[in-house]
Amino acid sequence: MDLMQLTGKNIVVMGVANERSIAWGIAKKLFEVGANVIFTYRKERSKGKIEKLLVGYEDHNTAVFECDVNSDESIEKAFTLIGEQYKVIHGIVHSVAFAHAEDLHNRFVETTREGYAFAQDTSAYSLIAVTKAAKPYMTEGGSVVTMTYLGAERVLDGYNVMGVAKAALEASMRYLAADVGADNIRVNAISAGAIRTLAAKGVPSFNQILHKIEETAPLKRNTNQEEVADMTIVMLSKLSRGVTGETIYIDSGYHIMG
Amino acid sequence: MSTVFERVSKVIVDRLGVDESEVKLEASFREDLGADSLDVVELVMELEDEFDMEISDEDAEKIATVGNAISYIESKIS
Repeated sequence: MDLMQLTGKNIVVMGVANERSIAWGIAKKLFEVGANVIFTYRKERSKGKIEKLLVGYEDHNTAVFECDVNSDESIEKAFTLIGEQYKVIHGIVHSVAFAHAEDLHNRFVETTREGYAFAQDTSAYSLIAVTKAAKPYMTEGGSVVTMTYLGAERVLDGYNVMGVAKAALEASMRYLAADVGADNIRVNAISAGAIRTLAAKGVPSFNQILHKIEETAPLKRNTNQEEVADMTIVMLSKLSRGVTGETIYIDSGYHIMG
Repeated sequence: MSTVFERVSKVIVDRLGVDESEVKLEASFREDLGADSLDVVELVMELEDEFDMEISDEDAEKIATVGNAISYIESKIS
């Protein structure tokens, strides 16, 4: 019995930078369950990485499109091309975020207006923009899943402006869920524990965060790419059809601890 | 058992797509081996995995050449 019902479904995966990316872990699982995976990238560098990662997946239905989430025009173009080629979009994995390094390293009070706006635009507004662009093609109902982090609700050393952006992302996720629920589109967030990705390496105190989780979390270990991917697959699949507007923690239980 | 140089060299060749002959002690990751800032971060992460060690941000910033990487690793594993 196919509980997932993801076979032959068209899922857009945004935010693969290399093989450590959470988005790549999700893509691998999507291939396993027989989904068609449509990748988007912003930098040529990532395009090259995606193409390299896809060696060995030639028998799967995949495509790669440029999509700069800071540009409405680029988003519109990407989703028009995806819509023309695939007709229907069943799911979106939004795994993109960016902040300037100085806004993570400096004191929070030093955050610049421009740095704040850029982090918000790239990491939070992009979810709204992408959902809007994909909505015309989500004619069979859909599931949008975004990646967030505990820094949205607690103060984590060195997360700074990105924590504020993730707070806005989670709130945007809930308002989107309430709005597009009527179109049979669900929107949820996965709050992943700390994972050694290229993006995480930009957070100054990252190694200390990993150690603290190992000591404190109920499961006494860190989570990993595969665990986050598994739950994302659930959130994209029929199994989670009654869930929307929710933040789901894949963090070995760390967030419950005092 | 491979030497530290051989193991580091393999990581660099895999990651940066350069020829093994280009991986010399004095070679700079950025200037000679064509690495951008993200390549350097990726390289550091691969070396952390290969040698099962943590390289702090401050230490990583000092690793500019192949030789720097090897002396750093040797100082940590000996």
